[in-house]
Amino acid sequence: MKTAITKNKAGGDAAVLTGKNLASLALVLVIFVVVGLVPTMTQGYPVTLLSYILRYVILAVAWVLFSGPTGYMSLASAAFYGLGFYMAAVFSGRMPFPVIVLVAGVVGFIVALGVGGLTLRLKGVYFAIFTFALVLLVQNVVLEAERLITHTRGRFVETTSLSTAYYAMFIVAVLTIGVCVLIRRSRYGLALQSIGEYEEAAAHSGINVVRTKMLTFATSAVFMGMAGAIVATQRAYIDPYIAFDLNQSFLPVVMAMFGGMGLLVGPVIGAAVFTEIQEQLQTRFPNLFLLIVGMVLIVAITFMPNGILGVAQRAWRWLRGGRRAPA
Amino acid sequence: MAILSQIIIPGFLLGGIFALVSVGLSLQYGTARVLNIAHGEFIMIGAFITFWLLGSVNLNPLVSLVVSTPVVFVLGWLLHSTLFRRLMDTSPTLDVFEGKSMLASFGLLYVVQNIARMIWGSEPHNIQFMNNSVTSAQIPLNRLVALGVVIVIGVIFYFFLARTRLGKAIRASAQDPTTAGLMGVNIHRVLAICFGLGLAMAGIAGTLISTLLSIDTAMGLQDTVIAMIVVVLGGLGSITGAMIGGVVLGLVSALVTYYQPSWTNIAYYVIFVVLLLSRPKGIMGKA
Repeated sequence: MKTAITKNKAGGDAAVLTGKNLASLALVLVIFVVVGLVPTMTQGYPVTLLSYILRYVILAVAWVLFSGPTGYMSLASAAFYGLGFYMAAVFSGRMPFPVIVLVAGVVGFIVALGVGGLTLRLKGVYFAIFTFALVLLVQNVVLEAERLITHTRGRFVETTSLSTAYYAMFIVAVLTIGVCVLIRRSRYGLALQSIGEYEEAAAHSGINVVRTKMLTFATSAVFMGMAGAIVATQRAYIDPYIAFDLNQSFLPVVMAMFGGMGLLVGPVIGAAVFTEIQEQLQTRFPNLFLLIVGMVLIVAITFMPNGILGVAQRAWRWLRGGRRAPA
Repeated sequence: MAILSQIIIPGFLLGGIFALVSVGLSLQYGTARVLNIAHGEFIMIGAFITFWLLGSVNLNPLVSLVVSTPVVFVLGWLLHSTLFRRLMDTSPTLDVFEGKSMLASFGLLYVVQNIARMIWGSEPHNIQFMNNSVTSAQIPLNRLVALGVVIVIGVIFYFFLARTRLGKAIRASAQDPTTAGLMGVNIHRVLAICFGLGLAMAGIAGTLISTLLSIDTAMGLQDTVIAMIVVVLGGLGSITGAMIGGVVLGLVSALVTYYQPSWTNIAYYVIFVVLLLSRPKGIMGKA
């Protein structure tokens, strides 16, 4: 049945289900199911590690969702992520956990819509600087607000069990990847791509550039906010320095580049590998940890311009013999 | 009189330091196109070289400029001619290069900061140097000295850019690297020198700051943020703009500190955000 459909719509994009695609789809499904079932099989560190990885998968994929095709380098991830932290703290105990996560997503969306409306006309490095400063602005405003209004530093969050947090993280990660795939395959994704290539031309060919950019930016913030709300429930105590940590803005970018941004699987691999490297270094060389992370980062950017994915593709082409003339 | 002695004079003195912190960043971005997030780390290096020389051979902090400046310059020169040059050659467009070099400099931040922490630890240090005040207006002598050094450096650098052959090559490379290359300018050499000079200014700023404020190995990021604000205030890549922007931010800082000290940081970011939105090319930028 399916092959018949494929033949009829040869060249069509959405309905292509050839043997190869079917195999990779099945592989993805198997991975999803296995990752989803991990807490039933084991407890403790493997679950924690996977939940860290899932967190960074969400952040990296959500970052790529907007910044990948458009080329606008956003360093605001930590602002939306931290906002999720604070939503979890404010509504902690007053609402059920899933509602808090949803609220964090909605707040992220609204704030990002506002920020995007104001800033997305900035080009290139100015946008990067602005989003960089935004995190620090929010951090300082929250710090001052706590000092003046609640007279505290930081807040407590009602914790949830690790497996609840894990499942929540897993669902959000699947959602993030799903939305990202759907957007990439739609006209909307094409519009984003063309904005990244030549914004004026995109506008002239009838794309509502401002709306497209704002909506995508806000959509990516939804997932960052949700991830923040979930992580906050594992920490018990948060303060503005923990919530609005600049590293959380840079790490997703680094991971996406480390994995390679050509395909969606790149940021996922990047997040997984980089988190694992970090974890290993942190336990083995706690003093040298950040030094080595910095070096890995520099080496990766310098010698792997297309990330792990680029290296893998080059290796595959070399193995297959590539486009060489027949010997 | 309170306004003059408590806002304007401290504002100018602080502004001088801000200007020096920022000129280097502006130079790095204006010519080498690297938005160096690790800029503040080299300010920290300059400060700690001074601290170390004072502690080990009791060298006068002002004399230690002679050591800290060349050391940081060479570091910058090496960094550009290895890391950033390679990135430049492998990046397809300038936008890609700007993004990648910014991330690489973020990695550099980790590396430099952690090496410094391994050497000097993470506790704060104070250098006691000329902090007796002069005149009746309660101006610390070390701040005046710092402002004097800033002005001298600014004037020298201006004449270097405007009158010398290398200065001309730097200006040409900033305007159009490709054409400058065709006119016989050794682009890679000039950019490496610019990057080194930018860092050397950070080193000078570090030495001066070490005589004014308490220093620790994690101080860099705060300085980078201030430098970024000032540089955007003045226009990215504009040296004069960075000078003016530094003084403006210094005055604002003094004003806000006078009324509500804990709002100083917020004021920085609010000014920054408002300015980026209303006039993204800065006070001196070409619109």
